[in-house]
Amino acid sequence: MDLSAINPLLFVAGFLVAATPLIFAAIGELVAEKSGVLNLGVEGMMITGAICGFATAVETGSPLLGFAAAAAGGAALSLLFAFLTQVTLANQVASGLALTLFGLGLSALLGQGYVGVKPPRLGDIDFGPLADIPVIGPILFTHDIILYLGIALVAGVWVLLRFTRAGLILRAVGESHNAAHALGYKVRRIRTLAIVFGGACAGLGGAYISLIRVPQWTEGMTAGVGWIALALVVFASWKPWRLLLGAYLFGGITQLQLNLQGAGVAIPVEYLAMSPYLITILVLVILSADKSAAPASLGRNFHASG
Amino acid sequence: MIRFEKRPQPSRALSLATPLLAVLATMIFGGLLFMALGKDPVTSIVTIFWEPLFGEFAFYYRPQLLIKGAPLVLIAIGLSLGFKAGIWNIGAEGQYIIGAIFGAGAGLAFYPAEGWFIFPLMILAGAFGGWIWAMIPGFLKVRFGTNEILVSLMLVYVAEQFLASMSLGLLKNPEGFGFPGSRNLQQYEPAHNAELLAGSGMHWGVVAALIAVIFAYVLLTKHRLGFAIRVTGEAPRAARFSGVSPARLILFCMGLSGLLAGLAGMFEVSGPAGQITIDFNVGYGFTAIIVAFLGRLHPIGILLAGGLMALTYIGGDIAQSNLGLPAAAIQVFQGMLLFFLLAFDILTNYRLRRQHTAETA
Amino acid sequence: MKLSTILTSATLALGLATGAVAQDKTKVGFVYVGPVGDGGWTYEHDQGRLAVEEEFGDKVETVYVENVAEGPDSERVMTQMALDGADLIFTTSFGYMDPTINVAKKFPDVKFEHATGYKRADNVSTYSARFYEGRAIQGLIAGHMTESNIIGYIGSFPIPEVIRGINSAFIHARKVNPDVQFKIVWAYTWFDPAKEADAAKVLIEQGADVVLQHTDSTAPQAAAQEAGNVITFGQASDMAQYGPKPRVSSIIDDWAPYYIERTRAVMDGTWESTDTWDGIGAGMVGIGEISDAVPADVKAEALELKEKIASGEYHPFTGPLNKQDGSEWLADGEVADDGTLAGMNFYVEGLEGTIPQ
Repeated sequence: MDLSAINPLLFVAGFLVAATPLIFAAIGELVAEKSGVLNLGVEGMMITGAICGFATAVETGSPLLGFAAAAAGGAALSLLFAFLTQVTLANQVASGLALTLFGLGLSALLGQGYVGVKPPRLGDIDFGPLADIPVIGPILFTHDIILYLGIALVAGVWVLLRFTRAGLILRAVGESHNAAHALGYKVRRIRTLAIVFGGACAGLGGAYISLIRVPQWTEGMTAGVGWIALALVVFASWKPWRLLLGAYLFGGITQLQLNLQGAGVAIPVEYLAMSPYLITILVLVILSADKSAAPASLGRNFHASG
Repeated sequence: MIRFEKRPQPSRALSLATPLLAVLATMIFGGLLFMALGKDPVTSIVTIFWEPLFGEFAFYYRPQLLIKGAPLVLIAIGLSLGFKAGIWNIGAEGQYIIGAIFGAGAGLAFYPAEGWFIFPLMILAGAFGGWIWAMIPGFLKVRFGTNEILVSLMLVYVAEQFLASMSLGLLKNPEGFGFPGSRNLQQYEPAHNAELLAGSGMHWGVVAALIAVIFAYVLLTKHRLGFAIRVTGEAPRAARFSGVSPARLILFCMGLSGLLAGLAGMFEVSGPAGQITIDFNVGYGFTAIIVAFLGRLHPIGILLAGGLMALTYIGGDIAQSNLGLPAAAIQVFQGMLLFFLLAFDILTNYRLRRQHTAETA
Repeated sequence: MKLSTILTSATLALGLATGAVAQDKTKVGFVYVGPVGDGGWTYEHDQGRLAVEEEFGDKVETVYVENVAEGPDSERVMTQMALDGADLIFTTSFGYMDPTINVAKKFPDVKFEHATGYKRADNVSTYSARFYEGRAIQGLIAGHMTESNIIGYIGSFPIPEVIRGINSAFIHARKVNPDVQFKIVWAYTWFDPAKEADAAKVLIEQGADVVLQHTDSTAPQAAAQEAGNVITFGQASDMAQYGPKPRVSSIIDDWAPYYIERTRAVMDGTWESTDTWDGIGAGMVGIGEISDAVPADVKAEALELKEKIASGEYHPFTGPLNKQDGSEWLADGEVADDGTLAGMNFYVEGLEGTIPQ
């Protein structure tokens, strides 16, 4: 056993990267859930974003265009979910699961020609002297722009929900769609926008995996990150900053587990891998004292005459 | 402007017609997809829907429909009761895994002893495993008010890790040359959930699924508890007067759905699957959620929906092998089918109305 | 069993009915555990299938089903292929073992080939590759190339196949470099590119400048490329797109020669149940081009080792070798028997850490 082999700076920088796909997917789902929509199709939208981004980046040679395409792809798929749940009033749980099934299949079809291809790399931002600051430099200033975009998005959503009228309306719709409707808000239109935002974010998260974190395309490569994102939203009790913290915790546990193994510490891997989920449950129990955490209309469909 | 207007009563005729419409729409759009992939659309559709039921080898595929459909129906029946009452157990996959581990564990504990009591004991253990795993979110909801959707979902991942640990550790076959996975229960007679009539596909899991359908039907139509379940879902406030406390209802629905999922896992591991392995679970717990909704949360509907899902799985594999369709195309096709079934459902409860004012929801 | 009689008579009936057609075309089925687009394990089996088609052209028809779950689904897919007139079926995952035996019992006239298992029957052969031979060459190159003397190893699950590879690589790395240390990380997955990438990064951060992998994705290659001065080896497929560095060589699963040979045996009527465990010599384990990033003398030594292993002159597990606890495993000059290798569940002396149980 040699714990000194673990470099804390690299460890932290590592889990910042590992957490980024989670942050994107989860912040999008957070907005959707705040509007009262539970979309279990995150995994399907992520993997669709992963292939749309990958294919576009390879064809155009531009990773940034790839990310744009990924957001578009995720959003397009989420429109399907929006149509099902907002127009035809189908059950959200079932529609979300169907969306994941569909997305996994669709992405595999789209990706048939991209196995084994190397995508263009997106370089890290050059912060110049900032990167040389001890401790903080290597942790904070050695990443690509998308990672910072993820953090900025969290801040943006926080501002939106907390300080803007749009955020207020979004929350009102999520708390009580009937009351919001009575006040004259267009419940379904607002929810559709929230769903599409969630889809675009999930798409970005997927592309972060296929273009930066791995980077390659293989079928099913998101390997369950979308489901973890769902857990993360709850873990964060629908609060953007807690979501960021949670993403680092979730990402950090995997990194820590691998680091400890590398250092020769005999750990029961399966039991450590369970721990984020068990911690989430624990957090849920603790949070239950705070009844206001979950949007009251979460998962319920709205029909004006109903 | 066209808008939907709620019908005073769900349309009976349409509730029967919409699934057919959805299947038809899937055939058209699926056919287009297959055509785009360079396959003959008609042959593809026929292979998926017709071949397993009436094709040359239907004698083999029909029993397979039972094997594939039984766990789906068994789990979906349990889930539907909770869904009706607004109790969302979406962690059936985890309960299925734990049921299988408990069931197989109970059986293997006696290996190589003989005894009539082993299989019944495994059934009890499997049911208990699923029940206890579902009671965790149930209890937490009753005691602390935590969201059961999320807790039950989290426990799926915990169960999957536990499964890996069991296949590599405690339950590993000591004579398996170090490979992961338990002994094969098919080769341990007292623990084997064999076909009741060879070649029929009927094993105890199928029987259990059919009993569950009847049980749910009777419960919902004849029993006070079933009444409470329906009322709670439709009008939570009125439910207080039905005489069943919400806490009891939650524990009952969560417990029963977990129990049935655990049974499904136990019957699967002791029969068709035979052994506990790292990848033992194949998503029945999640697919069953879809089946429950496709069946409109009605016992008979679930029976039919389970059969339909099983059909697309089996037909899909045949199409892959015979026509060279990629697995991904079959997945997309199944996704389409679900979308159409879910979307057309609105016609049962709402009618289309042309509207002159611009006011919309 | 009643079903078997029904099925057999059905196949017989089918055989009679379509006998004329079946005569000139041999039908070969493949059951895959992953998607053919996984770029690794299943991809290479599918390359083998395509090679069979190329070799025999019109005389053969191949069918495959991908993403088949181990368990009852695989049993159904195999039965379906047999019913549809397959003469030979390759089942390409360890978890298909018992289903293959079950289905083979019902179709005595159909030949089955199960990859990586240990159960055989009159119409069931098993085949697997001695990947540890390739690992020996990787170990040798790694031992020479490492400057930090730390070699990282990404394992999937702690099973004999993987442990054998670790031991083989370690023995040959130590031979050329007595200071070498192995850091082993278990990913607990066959396939999760993101996790594999993380594992590689962690190993590199902890000082490894060589990363060996027993998982199939190219994620560790990309991680090594980004880190800079790290070398890797392609796994399952050549991964040449990451050459000449970080990827300096590779172990390639080459099933094509075996699949062609077995298909031919069925055509000729000479097929027999066998247990094949082939390595570099028979061409089942391919060693990818050793790139220029490796010094010429090291490359020559590696190729010499390859030749010796291929000709059978040298066995990678030749004594004196001790187990991790210091007890003797193989005496001087003694060669490990296949039984011990097949079920290997211990580390050799010098490796640190314990195998998770």
